[in-house]
Amino acid sequence: MSGVKFSKEHEWIKLEGDIATIGITQHATEMLGDIVFVELPENGTTVEKNGNAGVVESTKAASDIYTPVSGEIVECNHSIVDDPSKINSDPENQAWFFKLKIKDKSEMNSLMDKETYDKFTKEKAS
Amino acid sequence: MGFIKVIMEIQKTALYNYHKSLGAKFVPFAGYQMPVQYTSGIIEEHKLTRSNAGLFDVSHMGQLFIENKTDLIEELEKIIPIDLKNIKINQSKYSFLTNKNGGIYDDLIVTKVENGFTVILNAACKENDHKIIKEALGKKFKIILYKDLSLIALQGPKSAEILEGEIDGVSSLKFMNGNNFLYNENKIYITRSGYTGEDGFEISLPNKIVESFAKILVSKGAQLIGLGARDTLRLEAGLCLYGHDIDETTTPIEANLKWAISKRRREEGGFLGYSKIKSNINGGLSRLRVGIKPSGKIIAREGSKIFSQGENEIGFVTSGTYGPSVNGSIAMGYVKYDFTKYGTKILLEVRGKKHEAIVAELPFYKKNYVR
Repeated sequence: MSGVKFSKEHEWIKLEGDIATIGITQHATEMLGDIVFVELPENGTTVEKNGNAGVVESTKAASDIYTPVSGEIVECNHSIVDDPSKINSDPENQAWFFKLKIKDKSEMNSLMDKETYDKFTKEKAS
Repeated sequence: MGFIKVIMEIQKTALYNYHKSLGAKFVPFAGYQMPVQYTSGIIEEHKLTRSNAGLFDVSHMGQLFIENKTDLIEELEKIIPIDLKNIKINQSKYSFLTNKNGGIYDDLIVTKVENGFTVILNAACKENDHKIIKEALGKKFKIILYKDLSLIALQGPKSAEILEGEIDGVSSLKFMNGNNFLYNENKIYITRSGYTGEDGFEISLPNKIVESFAKILVSKGAQLIGLGARDTLRLEAGLCLYGHDIDETTTPIEANLKWAISKRRREEGGFLGYSKIKSNINGGLSRLRVGIKPSGKIIAREGSKIFSQGENEIGFVTSGTYGPSVNGSIAMGYVKYDFTKYGTKILLEVRGKKHEAIVAELPFYKKNYVR
């Protein structure tokens, strides 16, 4: 996943032009366990960097989803609402959460690349 | 010398290393490091218990023995509201330790054994229960909270076949009945019971043999199941979790557990909190524990407020999760008595929004007990 960036809250973000696709990482799904419910933002909603942009629930608990960048929601992946288990099986590809029109591309600079994120998750685990 | 410092060190069951070797994720639970799930995950573990046989380590629960002599039954009936005079040898009964307000100190299983009673207690309550029972009974009776015994539960439709392969005669036990068995010259006690809504057994055995015994059951087809699936299984079966669905502020009648108070005791009383419980039985009941089925996929967790369709607050959720076998969101909670009829439309508040739900019959999942 070249060009993909990662947040400390375990979201991934892929920017193509002005449109950012956002989901949660494999590592996040491993921590959450079986995901059974998803709530996504509505199209047209404006979200702020690190702001709340949905909820995932596992059999154990609910967790908030944060957006790693600011922007306007333009598309949501309703297939994961219908079948939340897709998030466990393919979190970093098919089971993306939403797409937004990015407000300020410089917000991408503070996010981690794959190597840094992998190191970050290993450090947290140890 | 200064004051005595009590250090609450996290405890491990005798199966801890075995859990670890199977890739368990641990959580601290009632002072114990317990497996919440293994590598296959809660949903798979849940379904496997319903279709095959799941093995649960419940050694964190208390196993208390009370020696039966002289007037024990009279004394014990003052704190446990079941008919201990008519309980048969090797018969188990679900009951409670009630408090003076009719609330519940703990829910428990009492089994009459040859020379006394054994009582299975919740892990978080066991030390307090032990104290309450000792204070109530005085020094006349021998009371032991075992430290050298483990407790494992084998649950699911294949349980009887698997266990019978190792222990002759267990498959003839009836639900809520037990007996002594010998295993490699070790005395073990097995009851046909459990807390998953499935046929199954609870096996009390010495710590020193529990790992080898568990491994044999696994080699015969059982799979270790964590506390995560134990919770979804018991909720589908409509069973209460102490500290959530019942506690010191809920009476057994409010909790819809009247059946667990023996008829004679309901009529005669003579136990702690009877006046409140009697008034509950005679119509003085303002709320009741009910099953709740949300209309959509939304999960209403413990603490979610419940509203009437007219948007008046009428109660709260005490347990809520996704039920893998019913493939949907399920919950239990307390609602005002006027809203307890099955099918009553209610609203659940989750993250500030109200979601439709109905009051539903319990259990959500039909039981498969061998009677």
